[in-house]
Amino acid sequence: MNLTRAAPWPAGTAPFADPGETELLELSLGPQHPSTHGVFRMNALLDGETVVRLQPVFGYLHRNHEQLAERMSYLASMPFTDRLDYFCSLTNNWAYALTVEKLAGLEVPERAEYLRVILAELTRLQNHTVFLGFLLGDMGAWGSVLMYGFRQRDAVLDLFEALTGSRMMCDYLRFGGCRCDLPPGWAAAARLVVDSYPGFLDEMEQLLTENEILRARTMGIGGVEAKRLVNAGVSGPLLRAAGLSHDLRKVDRYGIYDRFSFRIPLGEKGDVYDRLMIRLLEMRESLNILDSALRDLPEGPVINPQAKLRNFRPPAGEAYGRIESPKGELGFYLISDQSPQPYRYRVRPPSLINLTLLEEMCVGAKIADVMVILGSIDIVLGEVDR
Amino acid sequence: MRKLKQLPGVGLLKGMLVTGRNFFGSYRNPRRLVTVSYPEQRLLLPESSRNFPFLVYDGNDSVEGLRCVACKTCERECPSGAIRIVQARDENGRPAKHPERFEIGIDACMGCQICAEVCPFDAIKMDSDYEHAATGRTRPMVHNKLRLAKSNTYYHRIKPREAAEVDARLEMERFRKEEARRKREEAARMKKEAAAKAAAAKPEAPENS
Repeated sequence: MNLTRAAPWPAGTAPFADPGETELLELSLGPQHPSTHGVFRMNALLDGETVVRLQPVFGYLHRNHEQLAERMSYLASMPFTDRLDYFCSLTNNWAYALTVEKLAGLEVPERAEYLRVILAELTRLQNHTVFLGFLLGDMGAWGSVLMYGFRQRDAVLDLFEALTGSRMMCDYLRFGGCRCDLPPGWAAAARLVVDSYPGFLDEMEQLLTENEILRARTMGIGGVEAKRLVNAGVSGPLLRAAGLSHDLRKVDRYGIYDRFSFRIPLGEKGDVYDRLMIRLLEMRESLNILDSALRDLPEGPVINPQAKLRNFRPPAGEAYGRIESPKGELGFYLISDQSPQPYRYRVRPPSLINLTLLEEMCVGAKIADVMVILGSIDIVLGEVDR
Repeated sequence: MRKLKQLPGVGLLKGMLVTGRNFFGSYRNPRRLVTVSYPEQRLLLPESSRNFPFLVYDGNDSVEGLRCVACKTCERECPSGAIRIVQARDENGRPAKHPERFEIGIDACMGCQICAEVCPFDAIKMDSDYEHAATGRTRPMVHNKLRLAKSNTYYHRIKPREAAEVDARLEMERFRKEEARRKREEAARMKKEAAAKAAAAKPEAPENS
């Protein structure tokens, strides 16, 4: 492909008599751009308004997360995992705690398992809620949907703050359980929030699903063959929107997910519209899980009494733990050499790996759709760059 | 859902209905409001709310009453290395059980509360005070011992449930220590008495023999 000359006009479409030769335009989108969800840059090569080539450039937010973790104790990495995907700190905590528990062979008490499921599903709810707002913001509907989303999310964050002390950087899970038990009245407050969610989702569906502008902007855009998605290792709602049923909550059944009945919503075409709808439907399923988890929450201790806070040295070995975070498969890989620090610490971030097919999704689309496609992948740069 | 069976524009109108409901509804229902006008209105923080650590002191003296014994556990465990402790020395040059300097760089601190969790003496706790704006990048961002020290009364005011738990635990420990000391003294006294008895009995023995 010639990357300097634009394709000739199709016969009869040239706007003037002799179009002559036109050139391709190289456009740098970002890193300082409100629609790139952080400091992310795309080098787009444009033929008119059509994208010919697109190179993602990332690393602006790199802060040496993995190397830092190899220099500090296992516990000290826990607050840093909050900062990976800063919308979903509790699922990050869970993935890390799960890996260390695998490594050290720690049992988790039943009440703690229930609390983890409740918190992970609340995290999924608030992540998808904010996703809707940002996606609509990327389409130009900046304001109302984002505001409604944030208003609803605030109710969930209030729960997080009442339990963990912080709205976003929760740092709540510990190896072998949770840090503290629920404050009085928390379960009732959580029940109220869960009960208020279907109303919010109804309102969102009324606002979005039939909106002609939204359908025009999202249908048939950004779709990639399901085969390519699998080859690239894409996971999460992006994969399920293309019709592939892969959800680690069903595949691995980590924690106590085998006790809950829930369905996995699947899309048909994998375009942006499907990705949006998948998230709306996933929230409904999360509400079902939350409903039964809050009902069945048992009494008991929240942390394994054998778990040590200080001088924690897991036996030598390696472990890979993964969970279904709201954005996809979040995995941690740890090697221990019996010292207080991990010998190797590696994160498998769903945002980064879902981003690898960005060029394929965008080539042939209009430049205005690039933002929508990027928004539909749902990335967080804290996780992409680490 | 992909096929729409309605006149074009109806979906848009439905959406506008939602927007209108939210807009006009916010005048009636405060739950539809998104923000509060911050400096005048403030949201009530939950008890567990945390951001930066502070040092607890008992009684009225913020230097003598500090619970901190400068064991440096928090300094070692702090993930971001925000804590710096210099242990005090007594007049003979031996390490004393209180900090000479205790500094927390609140620009480095990320409020993870690991220091409060690992402290064996319940000396460092998380504050919920959030207005820390300062002019300057270095000195005002490092809080020293005087600034960090806050009374147990303050701790009770911001976190009543947690503070009561901590007080009960400390009281229990003090009681156990007292009990152990009393038992030790008792044992020592018994031993002394027994020794004295034996000593009193002994001189009699040679007389008898």
